[in-house]
Amino acid sequence: MDILARNNVTVRGPEGAQPMVFAHGFGCDQSMWRHVAPGFADRYRVVTFDFVGGGGSDPAAYDADKYASLDGYRQDVLDVVRALDLRDVVLVGHSVAAMVGAMATIAEPDRFASLVMVGPSARYIDDEGYVGGFAREDIDELLESLASNYLGWSAAMAPAIVGNPDRPELGHELTEAFCRMDPDVARRFAEATFLSDNREDLPRVPVPTLVLQCREDVIAPMEVGEYVAEQVPDSTFVALEATGHCPQLSSPELTSDAIGAWLEGRVAA
Amino acid sequence: MLRVNATFLRWTARPLEAVVGRRLVDLLTPGGRIFHETHYAPMLRMQGSVHEIAVDLRCGDGSRLSVLLNATLTRDEHGAEREVLVAVFDATERRRYEQQLLRAHDEARAAEARAMTLARTLQQTLVPPVPPRVRGLTLAATYRPSGDGSQVGGDFYDVFPTGPDEQVVVLGDVSGKGVDAAVVTSLVRNTVRALAVLHHRPSSLLAELNDIVGFHETDRFCTVVILRMRREPDGAWRVVVAAGGHPPPLLLRPGSAPVEVDVNGPLVGILSDQEYTETELRLAPGEVLVLYTDGVTEARREGELFGEERLRATVGRLGAADVPGLVDGLRDEVVTYQDGVTHDDIAIVAVSAAPDDEPGPDLETG
Repeated sequence: MDILARNNVTVRGPEGAQPMVFAHGFGCDQSMWRHVAPGFADRYRVVTFDFVGGGGSDPAAYDADKYASLDGYRQDVLDVVRALDLRDVVLVGHSVAAMVGAMATIAEPDRFASLVMVGPSARYIDDEGYVGGFAREDIDELLESLASNYLGWSAAMAPAIVGNPDRPELGHELTEAFCRMDPDVARRFAEATFLSDNREDLPRVPVPTLVLQCREDVIAPMEVGEYVAEQVPDSTFVALEATGHCPQLSSPELTSDAIGAWLEGRVAA
Repeated sequence: MLRVNATFLRWTARPLEAVVGRRLVDLLTPGGRIFHETHYAPMLRMQGSVHEIAVDLRCGDGSRLSVLLNATLTRDEHGAEREVLVAVFDATERRRYEQQLLRAHDEARAAEARAMTLARTLQQTLVPPVPPRVRGLTLAATYRPSGDGSQVGGDFYDVFPTGPDEQVVVLGDVSGKGVDAAVVTSLVRNTVRALAVLHHRPSSLLAELNDIVGFHETDRFCTVVILRMRREPDGAWRVVVAAGGHPPPLLLRPGSAPVEVDVNGPLVGILSDQEYTETELRLAPGEVLVLYTDGVTEARREGELFGEERLRATVGRLGAADVPGLVDGLRDEVVTYQDGVTHDDIAIVAVSAAPDDEPGPDLETG
């Protein structure tokens, strides 16, 4: 199977440079990194991709059983890294992909040099002695919300997105698939994401890790990010002056600077 | 939120000061907040606008209001984000209707799954669960429903004893598909069993079956081939063959090409008072009789039939030595010929006299 086509892999930047792989979270696709990833392509071999089921990935490759848990998504990361035979990889994961990235570094420590977790959460649902920020009912409600929102999407959103005269810079091929997902795929991804519990993985992350935390992140609140940073052995916690769950969109410069500074050793661990 | 209108305050049952200065996401339900952060906000930033985002607002009185949001992000001349204009639509009725639609959709899916299970279960009653094991007889059978198996097909087969060292093998095809075809299939299969007690001769069994199916209230008819087999002391089987509108069985003798058994008769269940003929043959150890339905010969590839010639060639190539291999190989060949998408069900039964030295299992079939 052609992994590069399956995961709609894009590679930029100088050949032979250290690889930097960006993984998107639940909701959209690799275009989430459009304001951040290109900025690293002058000195890194920048790889972006779509998880199977999202964006421009191959719909035929979707396997409901495989992607019912985050293991399937971890496998996607490893598949991409192996297909390009990358080593010494800087892996940048947003939201659930931060945790998927952690799982990937644990599975194949030899391929990864460091991990950047943007807005991570090890578990979204509150547990005894642990605040995740959500109750089980909240997640059920999200699933309902997804069903309601995806109802009209498959048909209605595509023309709305493509025919957007205000932002002509949006690439046609990006917008067409942007945030679009088969409702069943979205539901399964949401379940895999928001019902996951990766707390036991954190102490096993074998590489230096940067935890980037936003202020006022309703999905991964401050204490959740702090918990991740506490549990990952070799970690650096940086609170960004950015709001919301997607700093790579709301504050791309801050996000890029924070990642760049850490990679270049300008932030003390 | 910088500014809101009076309608928004009335809908959300909140005073102005409880709204202005807070973020829209704060007024959403937890599930809506996740959706806001994973879909709404990224899309708004990337596209500059979003349409018809379905969320619930938490109102000051504790109730919830289902709304649709249209939002546009405005930017200043340098491209910096300035403000987001949000139009809120009360979607209470619409959401209720959507939920009914979703429920109906889920129910339809569940019903489809139940129908599929029902079809499979029903189908399983029309063929033996596993090919029966009969002393002195090597027997292999396969059944494959057409398409995705969501409909009960009309093909059936059966093998049952009528006495010590006496077996009846029957294979047939009821016209049509679905439940009423299954009713007739079941009728035919059970009637053959009952008639086998009364009629020693397959030809007279078929004649009476013809009348019974003809009198049945459905307008279904069927094709049937029937073997009455008796084991001889030397291990060979004496076989009497009769058929009604059915492709004749193939007889494969080692070292020669397969030949059709010369037997045929009228379709079963159309005209009353039909006469059927029969042919008798001896099936020596190592020789194979292959019974099949027209799902084999009438399989199509770009309009071209699989056909009898290809069937004989395939059976000849697969050979008599491995009876289960012959049946499975033939089925696979026919399925592959149609690129895996079968339009008719396929039933194949092959019988062979087991060699004398083969310790056949001593159980009778049921």
